[in-house]
Amino acid sequence: MQDFVQHLINGVSLGSIYALIALGYTMVYGILKMINFAHSDVYMVGAFAAYYFARWIGIENDPGLSTLLTLIVVSMICCSLLGLVIERLAYRPLRNSPKLNVLITAIGVSLFLEYSGQVVFGADPKVFPEVMKDFVIFSIGNVEVRSFDVTVLVVGLLAMLALQFLLFKTKIGRAMRAVSANPMVASLMGVNPDRIIAFTFVVGSSLAGVGSVLVGMKYPKIDPLMGMMIGLKAFVAAVLGGIGNVGGAVLGAMIMGLSEEMVVAYLSSTYRDALAFGILIVILIFKPAGLLGKYSVEKV
Amino acid sequence: MKAFKNPALALLGLCLLGVALNFSVNAYIQLILLFAGVNCLLSMSLNLVNGYTGQFSLGHAGFMAIGAYFSAYASTRWSFAPSSLLVVQYFVFTLGAGLVAAVAGFLVGLPSLRLKGDYLAIVTLGFGEIIRVALLNMDFVGGPRGLSGIPGFGSFLWSFAFASLWIVICFFTIWRVMHSSHGRGFLSVREDEIAAEAMGINTTRMKVKAFVLSSFFAGVAGALFAHFTNFINPSSFTFLQSVNAVIMVVLGGMGSMTGSIVAAIIITVLPEALRPLQELTGVDLRMVIYSLSLVLMMILRPKGLFGDMELSDVWRKYVRRSA
Repeated sequence: MQDFVQHLINGVSLGSIYALIALGYTMVYGILKMINFAHSDVYMVGAFAAYYFARWIGIENDPGLSTLLTLIVVSMICCSLLGLVIERLAYRPLRNSPKLNVLITAIGVSLFLEYSGQVVFGADPKVFPEVMKDFVIFSIGNVEVRSFDVTVLVVGLLAMLALQFLLFKTKIGRAMRAVSANPMVASLMGVNPDRIIAFTFVVGSSLAGVGSVLVGMKYPKIDPLMGMMIGLKAFVAAVLGGIGNVGGAVLGAMIMGLSEEMVVAYLSSTYRDALAFGILIVILIFKPAGLLGKYSVEKV
Repeated sequence: MKAFKNPALALLGLCLLGVALNFSVNAYIQLILLFAGVNCLLSMSLNLVNGYTGQFSLGHAGFMAIGAYFSAYASTRWSFAPSSLLVVQYFVFTLGAGLVAAVAGFLVGLPSLRLKGDYLAIVTLGFGEIIRVALLNMDFVGGPRGLSGIPGFGSFLWSFAFASLWIVICFFTIWRVMHSSHGRGFLSVREDEIAAEAMGINTTRMKVKAFVLSSFFAGVAGALFAHFTNFINPSSFTFLQSVNAVIMVVLGGMGSMTGSIVAAIIITVLPEALRPLQELTGVDLRMVIYSLSLVLMMILRPKGLFGDMELSDVWRKYVRRSA
């Protein structure tokens, strides 16, 4: 029982990281109807930006809340700039082309970032700066609640609340929802879809930036291909919850995190990657719109 | 018999080319050419699904893996023919590899082909990964260690002839299929699924047919790959391998058989040709150039090299007219 509770805590912590990345996928999908494969690599670049920044100003051995916040902000800024550039240079020219071409471009951008990362940062893994001391905050019996898990959960929750506020309480959030529902009508109502789409990329990418620092803190080994697997899983989480749906992404990510933790704990760790796709396939076959998604009928 | 004239001529031509290559180039280039042959099979077969039927599959490496493992396992364990008839044995095993991959394609395709576009891409990607992870966990095929000591065809000439045989079979099978009512069914699914359905075409059935045929040749390609390298492990068949196949199809032009062949050769040869650049700059820029050119091509020339024209159409349109 105690083991189970411990796995539950670990799973929620993992799930909130997936959620941060899944939100980026789901927002871009909601607005452009495309899978932004490059999102996971934006996340990778965010981790490296934080790494180099920490070394540059010499805070790599200075764990504490200020370091964490600085690195999160730096990573968010770098990621959003990168997201903006990718949208402007790669996706905007293809706004009206077939979906397949956009998908292939996204894969191309993703590969480009991965391989340029290997050239620029080097292919060997780097050790992420120690952002925070990992200590046990309190324990009940053998169940330990560690500072990492609490930080991940708190930061993730704050980021998600901020996103919720942005989407539903601000003017630009309303514009984003409008473009997502119908870009043509939105533009007739005085919304500039291009600007809103660019803004969506900025928001989604900066969430990935937050995620990258949290992952760097929890698993302090970063390399240019680190985004690949976590990106795929986050994407699966987004689809699982119903892609394009913000609440669904968080729900899906939690399910993913928990089930992965349970598989590793009670079955075998070699199956953890297959599990993500297994869940995805079952969901898509039986409920293609995801848990919280709405199924739309195609009209002729 | 007339139907076999062109394939026989093509095979003869390729074999003569093989004889010429056998004496003119070194073993390194010969190996690259064999991989080009494998890639030709992969891209032609994927073109059937991605190009002609308009369904986006990202799991081609999975079927390739199944074929490779079947043929590798069979030829190390179940060798039945005397050494003089080894060719027959290899043919049987590659054929078997294709059939096993086709069965896998049927099982994967039946549920997933009801999905469209991005979702299909992700599901096929998922199946590809699941196949890889499953192979990773199967101990009787070596797990992560892979299978080694897979017998090859002996000489370059035999390998090349064998690859040529399968390329010719693949090319003419797909060519004939595309010029039959099945092929027109595939095309109609690509052009407009709803209209096709209204005309009485069972679209799911068409998609599954295309998928199964495509998996068959992917399996054959995998088997050839296994015999050419003599060693396979699950990491030979990652997501990147599937992406590679997609890139070949896109580069050649979706729905162009000869385009796929040309693109497969380019994609195989280009990284090797760029090696001097690597020595010059000291860093491995090949994949960067490769991915950048993919993005640029999607923006500047989205239909690929040939679009949906064949080499012969391009010849007729541009070269003959100017002459």
